[in-house]
Amino acid sequence: MTSPASPTTASTAEVVIPAVRPSEPARLPVVADRMLDNGLRVLVVERSSVPLVEVRLRIPFAGHGVEHQARAEVLAETLFTGSTRFDRTRLAIEVQRLGGALSTGVDNDRLTVGGSALASNLEPLLQILAEVLLGATYPPDEVAGERDRIVEDTAVARSQPAVIAREALLARVFGDHPYATGIPDPDVVAAVGADDVRALHARRVSPVGAILTLVGDVTAERAFTAVNAALGAWAGEASQRAAALPAVSPGPVLIVDRPGAVQTNIRLGGAALDRRALGAPAQRLANTIFGGYFSSRLVDNIREDKGYTYSPRSSIDHYQAGSRLTIAADVATEVTGPALLEIWYELGRMALLAPSQQELDAARQYAVGTLALGSATAAGLASTLSALASAGIGVEYLRDHPRALADVSLADVQAAASDLFAPTCLVTVLVGDRQKIARAVEDLLQVTPD
Amino acid sequence: MPLLASAYPIERARLDNGLRVLLAPDRTAPVVAVSVHYDVGFRSEPEGRTGFAHLFEHLMFQGSANIGKAEHPKYVQAAGGIFNGSTHPDHTDYYELLPSGALELALFLEADRMRSPKITQQNLENQIAVVQEEIRVNVLNRPYGGFPWIKLPPVAFDTFPNAHNGYGDFTELAAASLEDAEDFFDKYYAPGNAVLTIAGDFDPDEALTFVERYFGDIPARDVPAPRSFVEPVPSTERRARITDALAPRAALAVGYRVPDPIADLTGFLAYYLLADVLSDGDASRLERRLVQKDRSVIAVRTYLGTFGSAFEQRDPMLFTLDVRQSEDTTADAVLAAVDEELTRLADDGLVDGELERVQARVASSLLREADDALSRGMAMGVHELRRGRPELLNELPGELAAVTAEAVGAAAGSLLTQGRSVLELHAGAASTAAAPAAASSTAAAATTPGAP
Repeated sequence: MTSPASPTTASTAEVVIPAVRPSEPARLPVVADRMLDNGLRVLVVERSSVPLVEVRLRIPFAGHGVEHQARAEVLAETLFTGSTRFDRTRLAIEVQRLGGALSTGVDNDRLTVGGSALASNLEPLLQILAEVLLGATYPPDEVAGERDRIVEDTAVARSQPAVIAREALLARVFGDHPYATGIPDPDVVAAVGADDVRALHARRVSPVGAILTLVGDVTAERAFTAVNAALGAWAGEASQRAAALPAVSPGPVLIVDRPGAVQTNIRLGGAALDRRALGAPAQRLANTIFGGYFSSRLVDNIREDKGYTYSPRSSIDHYQAGSRLTIAADVATEVTGPALLEIWYELGRMALLAPSQQELDAARQYAVGTLALGSATAAGLASTLSALASAGIGVEYLRDHPRALADVSLADVQAAASDLFAPTCLVTVLVGDRQKIARAVEDLLQVTPD
Repeated sequence: MPLLASAYPIERARLDNGLRVLLAPDRTAPVVAVSVHYDVGFRSEPEGRTGFAHLFEHLMFQGSANIGKAEHPKYVQAAGGIFNGSTHPDHTDYYELLPSGALELALFLEADRMRSPKITQQNLENQIAVVQEEIRVNVLNRPYGGFPWIKLPPVAFDTFPNAHNGYGDFTELAAASLEDAEDFFDKYYAPGNAVLTIAGDFDPDEALTFVERYFGDIPARDVPAPRSFVEPVPSTERRARITDALAPRAALAVGYRVPDPIADLTGFLAYYLLADVLSDGDASRLERRLVQKDRSVIAVRTYLGTFGSAFEQRDPMLFTLDVRQSEDTTADAVLAAVDEELTRLADDGLVDGELERVQARVASSLLREADDALSRGMAMGVHELRRGRPELLNELPGELAAVTAEAVGAAAGSLLTQGRSVLELHAGAASTAAAPAAASSTAAAATTPGAP
């Protein structure tokens, strides 16, 4: 270890820091894309790096109301608990025997089933998938058990400050839209029965609008044949689209009181452009510069300079019905006010002034590079293509998005930033010890009364 | 049917200064992973300086001879890459995954800080504050924070290296000095105490030229002999109870000792498979018994090693059972059911096909992980560090296939005949609307997602 007192900037003596060679862009994956007669869209990429096949199924599942959300949650947790031929244990055994794993999940936009297996076992894996998609039985005892477990799980989730903060922010940015809560109400879950889940399955677990993505050591022809054989008889109707998003209405800071909390979870939210919007590439780079990666202004300021927080960040979350900005920092209780002040300073700086060319170049290269890293594995490629497809975007995005990023100018970034980051357009939620933080926050901003 | 295994080519080299180099070229995707594993973790940090190994990991991002404070991440990210570091019981790793054209840059950056990190009093104080916020977010301000990785070791072990909190005590962190950093670096960060791994899209000859160019002139230093952390296996049960003021439901962790993972790989692998027999998926023994039948727990997990990574630790290590209880169950009821299931396994053995399906699933998971250049490189680095055998990346399925059902049953039995270590977490926030958020008595991971 050398000279503890030396300055913090890099010495530029004789040493030359190696330049980065331009990387060959990865070859664009060839996607075979077919629509089955029943409305199921199937995407296949042949990729032989490992003898596995990755499976991603997305079924549109947007709905309205607390009952839909609660039933959807129970459905996702019990889809694999029984079919006409197999019980829960047998289903799990059959998947495991294939070197496979399948898991289900549900959110306010979609039901997903994802996993992998040895590529040689694609056919039996799809048969098991068909087993539940076409014939899940939802045994009442299994439904009751999982329902109760979800209720317990929800109690635990709701004790996590990060979850409390997320739920409070969702409610604030989505108002009366179904997206306003990410966790179903346990009281409503507790009333869900097997018949409710079966009815939801019959209505919504439908191939129409669903997308099945397969990536792995299989030929497209074999994959289509297998999918047709397994899922050709799956039938259902088109489902409703997610409702349009309400506008974000700024207002006073909301403090969710958590007496004794040693940190305040700071969350800011606002409107953002859809991924397909013309301004989306500039918006992405503006977000990256602000708080979208470790080299961002937010990290430089409140972590590396001030030491207020461990992992401050900002992100743009794309939902089926639109997109939202989230800024997050968990800071020591006593620096809540100063941290908010610095966040506001950085927001204002983004909104009013163009970034430097160096900042733009770094953000751009990061966005291009990480896009390549994300599709470098079969699993990553499957997840990427599946997510893009459900947003109506094809594989050409992997080629075209870097080009679009290359065209973004400093002026574009500033224009995007003033729409995205103008602090008066954002909402703020704080989860922390109200008694300890209210005064400092009120000195800076208007606060919703107790 | 034999288990499918990967066949990544692996080349090795050793520089005159002792640095071990592993090269695993694979041209599937135009990305390259660089990692450096130092053979020191928090079990080796000095008494009175708990949390220092992890703090030092943060300091390695604060600048070096030719790189300014926090510029390492900027160089990596401006090249389109990702990076991080993490601190484990027996090693500390640093890594980058980048577009392949950035290999030389990544090697330069790792060499620069291996040669001479540059740490100022100001940066030290800044990172002490950052680490304290990391501990608040992961441990103090949340329910189940650090459960069980911080609170179980002091129940299971008696000596400082094994029992202490690897995240560190706030007072001891605050007392860390530049001299401490210098001593720690001199003692443990010698090139001969490190493994450099390159995996992915690169030319091995050119990569070795870069390695020689940037690492070759780092002076050799003494390498500390590996310390033994051995403690006797308890013969009677140990038990402790803590109250987590933030937790709405009780939790339970049990630590069991396993054979020396380095000396007896085959014996150890029986426990590796036992963990999956017990808790991998809906058909596993404890999922079926505790979650589906008894409904006494919300979630159950069994795993080897402090952070669930089985191959990175030396003896002694724990086989851990971690359950989150439902509202109306007791720890003793859960323990009795676990004992019954272990007894059943020990007495009756596995059922037909049970071992084979678990082996098939594990082999697939290994292939899947290895498809990622970074995971592949990191696994090789760990296998070299612990066993001098990076090829275990490819050879593990073969080793697993050699494990018999009898061995797995015997492993289950051995958990019953030793003195287990039980930690009960009582729910301090059970059924109260406005639970106090005051410092929870539990503590959580020195691994650092997204940030060092």
